Amino acid sequence: MRLELRGITKRFGTFTANDSIDLTVEAGEIHCLLGENGAGKSTLMNVLYGLYRAEEGEILLDGKTRHFASPGDAMRSGIGMVHQHFMLIPVFTVAENVLLGHERRLGGIQGARKKVKELSERFGFDIDPDALVQDLAVGVQQRVEIIKALSLDAGVLVFDEPTAVLTPQETDELMEVMRQLRDEGTAIVFITHKLREVRAVADKITVIRLGKIVGTAESTASSAELASLMVGRSVSLNVEKGDAELTDNALAVKNLTVLDKVGHKVVNDVSFSVRGGEVLCVAGVQGNGQTELTETLIGLLKAENGTISLNGTELTGKSVREVLDAGVGFVPEDRKVDGLVAEFTVAENIMLDRYIGAPFVKGATIDFATRDEFAEQAKKDYDVRAQSIHSPASSLSGGNQQKVVLARELGRELDLFVASQPTRGLDVGSIEFVHKQIILTRDSGIPVIVVSTELDEVVGLADRIAVMYRGGIVGIVPADTDREDLGIMMAGELPKHLQPAAEEVEA
Amino acid sequence: MSNQVAQQAAVPEPPTEDAPRRDVGRELLHRLFNGTPMLSVLAVLASLVVGAILIGFTNPRVAEAAGYFFARPGDTFAALWQAVSGAYISLFQGAIFNPNRMDSVQQVLAPLSTTLYYAAPLIIAGLGVAIAFKVGLFNIGGRGQMLVGAGVAGWVGFTVPLPPVLHVAVALIAGALAGALWGGIVGLLKARTGAHEVILTIMLNYVAYLGIQYALRNPDLLRNQENNNPVSPPMMDTAILHSLPGFRVHAGILIAIAVVILYWWFIERSNLGYQFRAVGLNPDAARQAGMNVGLVTTLAMAFGGAFMGLAGGVQVAGQVTSGFTANIDAGIGFEAITVALLGRSSPWGTLVAGLLFGAMRAGGFNMQAAQQIPIDLVLVLQAFIVLFIAAPALVKTIFFYPKGARS
Amino acid sequence: MTNTPAQNSAQLTEHEAGVPEQEVHLERVQVRKWRPAVALTSLTIVAFVLTVGFGNDESTVFRFARPNDFFLLPDLTLGVRVVGIVATGIMAVISAFAIMRTIQRQKVWGWLYIVFGALFIIDFLTWAAAGKSFSFTDLMIASVGLAVPLIFGAMGGVISERSGIVNIAIEAQLLSGAFSGALVASITGSLTAGLIGAMAAGMLVSFVLAAFAVRYLVEQVIVGVVLNVLVVGLTGFFYSTVMSENPELNSSGRLPRLPIPGLSQIPIIGPTFFSQTIIVYLMYAAVIIITIAMFNSTWGLRTRALGEHPLAADTVGIRVRRWRFWNVSLAGAIAGLGGAYFTLDQTGQFTKEMTGGLGYIALAAVIFGKWHPLKATFAALLFGFARALEQTLSAAGSQVPSELLLMLPYIITILAVTGFIGLSKAPAASGKPYAKQ
Repeated sequence: MRLELRGITKRFGTFTANDSIDLTVEAGEIHCLLGENGAGKSTLMNVLYGLYRAEEGEILLDGKTRHFASPGDAMRSGIGMVHQHFMLIPVFTVAENVLLGHERRLGGIQGARKKVKELSERFGFDIDPDALVQDLAVGVQQRVEIIKALSLDAGVLVFDEPTAVLTPQETDELMEVMRQLRDEGTAIVFITHKLREVRAVADKITVIRLGKIVGTAESTASSAELASLMVGRSVSLNVEKGDAELTDNALAVKNLTVLDKVGHKVVNDVSFSVRGGEVLCVAGVQGNGQTELTETLIGLLKAENGTISLNGTELTGKSVREVLDAGVGFVPEDRKVDGLVAEFTVAENIMLDRYIGAPFVKGATIDFATRDEFAEQAKKDYDVRAQSIHSPASSLSGGNQQKVVLARELGRELDLFVASQPTRGLDVGSIEFVHKQIILTRDSGIPVIVVSTELDEVVGLADRIAVMYRGGIVGIVPADTDREDLGIMMAGELPKHLQPAAEEVEA
Repeated sequence: MSNQVAQQAAVPEPPTEDAPRRDVGRELLHRLFNGTPMLSVLAVLASLVVGAILIGFTNPRVAEAAGYFFARPGDTFAALWQAVSGAYISLFQGAIFNPNRMDSVQQVLAPLSTTLYYAAPLIIAGLGVAIAFKVGLFNIGGRGQMLVGAGVAGWVGFTVPLPPVLHVAVALIAGALAGALWGGIVGLLKARTGAHEVILTIMLNYVAYLGIQYALRNPDLLRNQENNNPVSPPMMDTAILHSLPGFRVHAGILIAIAVVILYWWFIERSNLGYQFRAVGLNPDAARQAGMNVGLVTTLAMAFGGAFMGLAGGVQVAGQVTSGFTANIDAGIGFEAITVALLGRSSPWGTLVAGLLFGAMRAGGFNMQAAQQIPIDLVLVLQAFIVLFIAAPALVKTIFFYPKGARS
Repeated sequence: MTNTPAQNSAQLTEHEAGVPEQEVHLERVQVRKWRPAVALTSLTIVAFVLTVGFGNDESTVFRFARPNDFFLLPDLTLGVRVVGIVATGIMAVISAFAIMRTIQRQKVWGWLYIVFGALFIIDFLTWAAAGKSFSFTDLMIASVGLAVPLIFGAMGGVISERSGIVNIAIEAQLLSGAFSGALVASITGSLTAGLIGAMAAGMLVSFVLAAFAVRYLVEQVIVGVVLNVLVVGLTGFFYSTVMSENPELNSSGRLPRLPIPGLSQIPIIGPTFFSQTIIVYLMYAAVIIITIAMFNSTWGLRTRALGEHPLAADTVGIRVRRWRFWNVSLAGAIAGLGGAYFTLDQTGQFTKEMTGGLGYIALAAVIFGKWHPLKATFAALLFGFARALEQTLSAAGSQVPSELLLMLPYIITILAVTGFIGLSKAPAASGKPYAKQ
């Protein structure tokens, strides 16, 4: 099936997410839609899929104009989608998930089970149609999404950031499936911001930036070419930092194990230490226990086993309040959810973790004068672009919100600084700023832990790198470790030649 | 690829304020009609219209005139006007001011005094819902908390002899503490087990009701020994909130205002109130900032229960001093929800909403006596007010707002 | 209640040694759940203190026979002391077994709870009615009678909440059904029309709930609570005006009993289940149809999807808001029919606030029944039984305070939502409005 988008424009209020976009995808072709987070790729696909209504433009399938009022229309016309956030119902079986919405077409639950078995065999997926989705691993759940799309004989298949949750091996397997589908004549739209993947499978590449198409390329284009198209200027951000000057201050984590509610070991026997004056980066594919590790460090989760101590003081089993009072600064992974109260003003957010005693509270009453003075100073020092300290945090851009979080966390005396995904979704200027602050903190002799899924950030910031996989640490290696080796580690294996280096660094 | 850290430069977020500037006059009009006070007024108006329809529909003279509507349509409208205006005029006269009864200062101020009399427990109870709302919790348990508060305050009031003033104070505080305990259980269970507070409070309402009923049947607990009915003994004279001679209003309204001021300080100025608001708006961020969300949840329900228990205490010490039954809450526990919603949980909003609903109660009884319109109409009006408040878009549709202003 | 680190570390090493890494996502340790064992043990202690500690040497006579039965069952006489010792003994064994299973990190079998419950009830009944005799069959008839509106209400609750709309307004649906059933039947003179009127009224309440919850995205709990107030006000208003001025508008009469030949003559079961009005037979049909449809039909699949993950339903082309709207309306119609039971089956006329908060007990049944139509029905029957027990015992002059029995449904529900009796987990998206760009 041939897909053609002509002049698609989608606005949210005054913000134009897609600006007259043209795109043609031929049958039997993998077409990559490349762009940074927030460039408008997902919006475009949601328009194609009938979830959003475009203000202008038309969608053509095999030359015929189509109007999709709902995803149902799009599906009936032969468009399938593998969503970034899986659209699966956890308490349903695989077959029930496939059946949902197409009960007649698939011939009831028996028909759906047959279809699952058939497709699963064809692609070598090995999926039990009667398994509950919530019991399946993430990679397998994605295959269920693919089967869901294929069960309707989709002629156009959209993959929206499918590799974000996959290990390198799983990613390779997915690429193989995509090639197989292409060879059978399916038109594939592959949305991603990862250049390596594009170069691996793309037949054609379209680069999108700030809602506009900024260029097209063949699969032979170099990474550098693609990157500069994507970002708009030649960016090579090197984090400038001197050699680590280690101090005696240290965080020591020993044999840490954390269980989730149903007993999964989300953090599995993890041990490491961080000295003052160095940055330890925790790398790995998302969902391999990094979030739980940091949340246990600051006392949000209870450790099942193991110890955490900071400068000899035991932190294990302490409440968040006690951990923060012990001098731990924390930048949470999802600042909009965990780092800020969106409805609060900048000033109110500045005192979010200092709501008892000096400097902001006298007795039981808030000392507004002192707080506002501090907030004004922080606004200046951290270059927070807000109308005033009394503007709600929700009115700030992502970068400025993150600056508020940093100003708050670095505004007290610290003995440890933990930052989780500190630059996710930020603009270039803010990223630079955040990195500078992290390095300044390190150079002041405080142990720093940075969790990031972006390999480039990890390599740029780290003095040492710990790679996590399925809750455990695969190895702790020097910052100059080869990227490919890091990739292998992210899949759970420590290459033989790295073992001596890893042992040395760990000690 | 190497060292390109800036892979994720984001699109600048859409600006928060609308780009095209309106001229000042239109801007002002826009604010006036979209601001919450105006919408609240419109909601009250809309529900009065609904009430008028109900009155007209059930009035026998309107029905009679409608029988020959096509012969003399004027009769129908006249009857309709008479029924509706009669009802609302008597509502007004019962609540605010009655020009037909102006023989003495007492008579002139009687309607307002009655309004304040009914408003006092409503305001206090309304704050019991509002403070829980601030933490994102629904306190549907006002009935149970009031009953427990009334039971304990009542018991102190008719068994423990104490000097005047102190006796009332001790009774009310005991009631507030009992309510706090009853509400606090909910907060604690919610914090510990994640059970939904709506279900817990609804269930505890009935447990409290049945418990009070049991206590009222039992002469060793709350029953008046000289009587076989499930009614408590009358309060001792020292435990009564006395009214001014000739008026119904008593010191309860002063307590209500004091509680409003306390609530204002707590929410706007205190650091615990700051934690309440943070937890209510974003419990995840609050937890990460070191706040004890479970403790705040428990305290919020306990404080809410304390207000409710205090309202229950005011009921036995001020409204029904001659011995109470298991219906001493008089529906205030539920009405408090509507008060808090109408007042949007703000201190002054809740005060105004409590006064309005107090006025409706006062006027409703007058309307029932003078126009034979059942007091149930007041319930209907209140329910409609809250529905209209809860869905601003609906009110805007009803009042023909231009389409663009509805979102 | 939580596990101590020491216990677990021992367990972990054992676990690690034993299980090879397969296609599992993460290693998993079975978490111990102490609450069921704690609940069983405390109930056993309560039963022991009451029936053995405060027991006596009297006996209780259970009567079973009814005049129309095929054959007459003899009366059963049970000694309080004997039953107390035997029953609490077995209950203690079951509790001990539950503790053992918990320590071994294994689940306790479901049927053990049923045996435990039955023992508890027999023990309690014998003790509570000591020295007296009462008709067990009458108790059962009363239980079903009191459970009928609860079951209708619970079905309305299950359908609504399974589709993602919290239904606090069951009380309003029941009350409006009762009112409208009486009114329409009185006006038309047709009881069938009354039934339809009741369903229409319940549906009307649902329209308001759905409009506010689905269209205006108003917090569903608020709408539900306000609707309850509104319907109390409206029906009270009309009752005091139109109905009191025109008594002929409130004299519907009652539906005839339709004993099913044969079945109705089986002892105990016959009079309890098969000598009822059409409303009760409709209830059986509703429970069976809803249970089957919920788990075996397109409607059920889509309904459950709406309550779990509406966005996923949307992405496969299901119109979430429309489906929710009609499902909530259906729920209202069913609950409205339950309301008709008060007027058209029980009393023949409407009185103010005649549902008396039963809608909230129906809500409790939904929760205790874990949002499953059949389990919710059993929960409603259990709650009906508790109320019937209160009536029977106070009629027999028992020393047990009636309020305590009336409290049971509420206390059981509190225990259920707090996880002491099987954790009740709501559909994931229930109560969350679904907004679309």
